[in-house]
Amino acid sequence: MNLTLFVWRQRDKDSQGKLEEYKAHDISPDMSFLEMLDVVNERLIKEGKEPIAFDHDCREGICGMCSQVINGIPHGPQGKTTVCQLHMRHFKDGDRIYIEPWRARAFPIIKDLIVDRSALDRIIQAGGYVSVHTGGVPDANAILIPKPDADTAMDAAECIGCGACVAACPNGSAMLFTAAKVTHLAMLPQGKVEAARRVCLMTEQMLKEGFGNCTNHYECQAACPKGIKVSFIAKLNREFIKAQF
Amino acid sequence: MRFIDTSIGKKVIMAVTGIALVKFLFIHLIGNSTIFLGPEGINAYAKGLHSLPPIVWGFRLIMLLIFGIHIYFAVQLTLDNKKAKPIGYSVDKNLAATFSGKTMIWTGLIILGFVIYHLLHFTLQITSPYFIASSHPDNFGRPDVFKMVILSFQKISIALIYALSITALALHLSHGVQSIFQTLGLNGDYLMPKIKALGLALALILSIGYLSIPAAIQLGIISL
Repeated sequence: MNLTLFVWRQRDKDSQGKLEEYKAHDISPDMSFLEMLDVVNERLIKEGKEPIAFDHDCREGICGMCSQVINGIPHGPQGKTTVCQLHMRHFKDGDRIYIEPWRARAFPIIKDLIVDRSALDRIIQAGGYVSVHTGGVPDANAILIPKPDADTAMDAAECIGCGACVAACPNGSAMLFTAAKVTHLAMLPQGKVEAARRVCLMTEQMLKEGFGNCTNHYECQAACPKGIKVSFIAKLNREFIKAQF
Repeated sequence: MRFIDTSIGKKVIMAVTGIALVKFLFIHLIGNSTIFLGPEGINAYAKGLHSLPPIVWGFRLIMLLIFGIHIYFAVQLTLDNKKAKPIGYSVDKNLAATFSGKTMIWTGLIILGFVIYHLLHFTLQITSPYFIASSHPDNFGRPDVFKMVILSFQKISIALIYALSITALALHLSHGVQSIFQTLGLNGDYLMPKIKALGLALALILSIGYLSIPAAIQLGIISL
């Protein structure tokens, strides 16, 4: 396959960035999207040019590091798939592919396609934890949890914190991410103790970081590589309203 | 942080004021429908309404206040959201967002403009082109609201202004009503499609109801 790429290049946070055109030659349909970029980068390095900087780590679809908006869609055209798990067979020979970083005020660009997502870490630090005594490990099943609650908590816990929801949201809102974390803990007895405090602190931090407000477009759900649902946002809203009383 | 400074708090206020405004739309539509009963219907309704000035003015002021709060927070949230996403993508693609959802602030501002015009037109009767009901009593000495409405809507330009504004209202409601449920947390996987359908149904019922009046007059179904 031969492709034409338009990649966002930006030297650092304060520089002006722009889309630059690159040719990707002899790409195998079996390559992943990141492997295709590796091939392009190897050529750029050989030519003595600056390679394209992009985030990646596990390349197994579980770490949440890869973060590219491909043709306007975070993580690209295949649903419930991270960029690293997206394969070139989903593209056609001669395709023109636009690759841009996550866009949101709360995610400043570090370089090219890499953005600083530590705002999400600070939301977690604000309340995304349970306070427990250290010491011996409690016995399994010492606290009984109804199966549907455990399932919901596990579904919410699937969030890998990649930030695609923020990138997809026209308002740069982190509601889906925060909702997943709040739901994950609020569903379980260990998390219920601090539920009210947690939801207030986490949503407050969200605002401080400069994320926008949810206007119920549900772009986040459509872009999420882990299928986190917007019904968790309703749960977050419910938890927040409950916390006021 | 105070409730009204929080992101969800502001949205809850938008949802609650939204509920009041949707309720008002139903009450207003029921009142307006008396025009289908002829002058006996709507003139008697108008007379009855105005026989209790403190109640009608109290109600109007409360509705205006609710309307004002809804708009104030809508503008504030929209400006915040614009700031939170300073740069868009070169390929602008929507996976789920709808036209009605993305145009909420614009349909909202159209409704605001319309409400101002509507109040000047029928309530304060400043822009009523042919006929001032309050100074033209009917045979029973009541303001002839029926004649004012008929003469207004027989004019195609006025009928079109109303039709366009009600279309904006329909778009606004089709996103707004379902958003009320989501924002108040009254939503889940089971309810989501039902609530979306309810929002669409309410938007259609209200807009068809409101459109029926200028349409009936334009088509000559109701006339003097």
